[in-house]
Amino acid sequence: MNGYVGTATSRVDGRAKVTGAAKYAGEFAADGLLHGFVVTATIPRGRITRLDASGALKVKGVVDVLTHAHRHPLADKDEAWKDEVAPEKGSPFRPLYDDSIKFNDQPIALVVAEDWETAKFAATLLDVAYQEEPFATDLEAERGSATEVQKPHEPRGDAAAALAGAAIRHEADYLVPTEHHNPMELYATTAVWEVDRLTVYDKTQGVQNVQKFLCSVFGKTPDEIRVISPYVGGAFGSGLRPQYQVVLATLAALQLKRSVRIVLTRHQMYGLGYRPETIEHVGLGARPDGTLDAVVHEAIAVTSRYEEFSRNDTGWAEQLYKSANSRYSHQLVRLDVATPCDMRAPGAASGVWALECAMDELANALKLDPVELRLKCYSDRDQSEDLPYTSKQLRACYRQAAAAFGWSNRNPAPRSMRDGKELVGWGMATGIWEALQMPVAARIVLTANGHAEVSSAASDIGTGTYTIVAQVAADALGLPMDNITVKLADSSLPQAPVEGGSWMAASSAHAVLAAAEDIRQELARLAVAMAGSPLAGTDPADVILSEGMIAVGSDKSRSVSIADAMRSGSLERIEKEKLNHFAEDKSHARNTHSAVFAEVKIDEELGVIRVTRVVNAVAAGRILNTKTGRSQVMGSVVWGIGMALHEEAVMDHRFGRIMNANIAEYHIPVNADIHDIDVIFVDEQDEHINKLGIKGLGEIGIVGVPAAIANAVYHATGRRVRRFPITLDKLLS
Amino acid sequence: MINFQYSCASDVTEAIGLLAAHSGAKLIAGGTNLIDLMKESVEKPTRLIDISRLPLRQIEETGDGGLHIGALVPNSDLAYHPLIEERYPLLASAILAGASAQLRNMASVGGNLMQRTRCAYFYDTATPCNKRTPGSGCSAVDGLNRNHAILGTSAFCIATNPSDMSVALAALDAVVHIAGPSGERTMGMREFHRLPGDTPHVDTNLERSEIITAIELPPRGFAGNYSYLKIRDRVSYAFAIVSVAAALEFDGHAIRKARLALGGVAHKPWCSVEAEAALQGQPATTDHFARAADLLLQGARTYAHNGFKVELARRAVMRTLTQAANASPQSQAHKKIA
Repeated sequence: MNGYVGTATSRVDGRAKVTGAAKYAGEFAADGLLHGFVVTATIPRGRITRLDASGALKVKGVVDVLTHAHRHPLADKDEAWKDEVAPEKGSPFRPLYDDSIKFNDQPIALVVAEDWETAKFAATLLDVAYQEEPFATDLEAERGSATEVQKPHEPRGDAAAALAGAAIRHEADYLVPTEHHNPMELYATTAVWEVDRLTVYDKTQGVQNVQKFLCSVFGKTPDEIRVISPYVGGAFGSGLRPQYQVVLATLAALQLKRSVRIVLTRHQMYGLGYRPETIEHVGLGARPDGTLDAVVHEAIAVTSRYEEFSRNDTGWAEQLYKSANSRYSHQLVRLDVATPCDMRAPGAASGVWALECAMDELANALKLDPVELRLKCYSDRDQSEDLPYTSKQLRACYRQAAAAFGWSNRNPAPRSMRDGKELVGWGMATGIWEALQMPVAARIVLTANGHAEVSSAASDIGTGTYTIVAQVAADALGLPMDNITVKLADSSLPQAPVEGGSWMAASSAHAVLAAAEDIRQELARLAVAMAGSPLAGTDPADVILSEGMIAVGSDKSRSVSIADAMRSGSLERIEKEKLNHFAEDKSHARNTHSAVFAEVKIDEELGVIRVTRVVNAVAAGRILNTKTGRSQVMGSVVWGIGMALHEEAVMDHRFGRIMNANIAEYHIPVNADIHDIDVIFVDEQDEHINKLGIKGLGEIGIVGVPAAIANAVYHATGRRVRRFPITLDKLLS
Repeated sequence: MINFQYSCASDVTEAIGLLAAHSGAKLIAGGTNLIDLMKESVEKPTRLIDISRLPLRQIEETGDGGLHIGALVPNSDLAYHPLIEERYPLLASAILAGASAQLRNMASVGGNLMQRTRCAYFYDTATPCNKRTPGSGCSAVDGLNRNHAILGTSAFCIATNPSDMSVALAALDAVVHIAGPSGERTMGMREFHRLPGDTPHVDTNLERSEIITAIELPPRGFAGNYSYLKIRDRVSYAFAIVSVAAALEFDGHAIRKARLALGGVAHKPWCSVEAEAALQGQPATTDHFARAADLLLQGARTYAHNGFKVELARRAVMRTLTQAANASPQSQAHKKIA
């Protein structure tokens, strides 16, 4: 199979997106559409004692005000509220369920009106009173209440003793602040009501997850609720779980028997999930030659009082660095905040930052080059299970990135390099993520004119799923890409889980491949059986689909057209649906890897930091599309720059409120902050992981970037900042 | 958003009359700040008086060699006007350091002077704020105050004025032309904005029924030796942590005239005649720049999270004066600090 896969193919949905033809959840229309505006709590914990909507209801155009005391029935069992991504332990949040306030900016009412402006105005007229209760939102103040919830890996040896006895020891805390996803598209749902069913256009990473969730919350059957999400303007993990606006829009539609649209405000987006503030404690013990004897990594992270959200922040050294002794633990502090959720490279973006910063500090203590230390400790096996990797081209990542960056010209001494008034710093770090794959089904409908429609409930959250599905289908069916139509993200299409974890490329590609194989077999059977066929007598297994023809693999001149073969069987269309299948393999570890090198220039007097160069060499198996793949990694690098230098949701713990809940004050990089970004895809052929050797790119691009920048800042200034974001005041003080 | 009445004024007199007649009314020109504040329920005008069609869009030379700038000239038109670029490049530079191209296209000169603080507590109606709700208390004094003022603060308010343009106008000693029910008057730019005192809800010395009609720039434009340096947390689209407008005129090696103004540190553009006087007649040396910076920052008072601002401001003043003296002003297009 070759042709489109592996090439720099433009997005098939690019034109629709830039011309506005692509419709997003908040853009679908319906007859008599109503608009809902969400009213949110202004305290972090307590009870609603008064919620008087009479003033709002008097406004012309207001249809109703939904509250916990005035609403259509909602399921009362926790199980009904657990979507497929919900934490195992806990009781999921239920909007407008009762009078309790669990976090600030929690929805407490929905004003529904004939137009959005009226709903928003009427929302200001609600009379709300609370009985406030004592609350806590400060992780560092509540650190003592942390409880262990998870050991990512069993301890090996005695890490504490080995650390205590190490010749060279480094121990420190690293702090990751609360970070919010801030996708460009606001969370939105348009619930289109009909007598016997609802069509729900929702911003989500998984339409079937939302469908199942709504069915269980509202006691409906799958044929009564259909969820569609053709385009998503960024989600980055925030759309894995159904968000409260989809519940409220569905609730209002069922209660009022009208179609309802809800679009959250930017401020309200800060009341959804987020990357939890986390204290990462790392301890490394080494011999003078750089051999690691002890790795200790403990994370203390925020969760809500009502759910236990945790991810693997701490286990990554187990894959990366050989050490005879190791211990990892994850602890949670329960606070009066909303439950955190996955955010690009959850666990790794934060945990690997701490680990890779600590490795840099250890290299300094050992007077070893940071790359040399990592090569010295390089692990060819996943130590937790003692398994080899399906593939691991991390050494090549270091080599190629270092060469492209010019690392050999680095003066190792901090504050030794400068450019005029600016101190120059060069830093590096390793990145790692998992190569996951999930059950996904695809349907292909081939028509006699040589066109194929490929469909699956899988989402494209801007990652390029539409495009890679078309590429894989075109190659597998031997058709030009123009002949392929892709339909995604409709709950009525073949099964798919949420899009996340970097698993959708491998999972969807192999679903398409499986369905295409069934098409090939059917066409081969028809072609071989045709009267006077040039393929007569050929083993159907030797028949290939190529250049629009059905041909003998060893002699492509012996071929028939798809149209002729289908006509011979009196077929107008061939439809095949298939679930992907991955051979079970417990004898390998599966990961993607990267090496990130960064240059910073820092005004010595003023502390202003510029990230002038980043080289990110990624080994992630076969890259399906080098254009969308490169864009995905570049975007990740930009985010990594933001994580290191800009991003922080700042909470005033006296009020338990985020005080910069908008994108003017919650900083992410702007264009002028971004300079050269060089993405290298390191050749990595993986014959074990799956048929096409795909590993996925969604997460790996960000991991390691924040640490490389933090390490470069240290090299430039001699100052180690262990608390993100690295703002200029931290360099001046 | 709230409901409001709308009037469109056809001349200045009518605008003043409408303001006088409706106590809850506000003027709207570009709306880049007011509309945001209305969406957040911070500003709740009962009536908007649209002045965008008033004939206040001219930039004209005055008899004495200065410039008269109509209050409705968009910020971007002003920044790119040939006479501004040639004779008042400090003003052009400060404008281009602010906001985004889209906002500068909409925002008027008069509106820029009237924009309100970006203090997070002022914007969040769920928290106390004396500027928004007099008497409710200041959340910033003991709260998140990393971006807050270090000069001219009071126990009632430590908010800063967010404008870049105003900092340059203060340095240039511009004059604000005002029309009101009792006629026209002028006010120096350095007197236009107020310190918070015990009335932080009052930002400026404009009377309630008055309207800004123009800004007048004096003949001295400091086109040879100037710089506007804005220090912020990302290199564009962020408010100043500290900004400095510096303008020098030389007589040989001696400084004949010096002008300095700070942004991001006070409730108004911060100036000190003592600091300027200390430079006059002196050579452009680091020692004299340091002395001027110290005088400018005299009386600085810091809070829990903004202690770094004093030293940062001091260094920024010295750097900006150096840029001005070397005739190598900070570029707003190339973000590397010169």
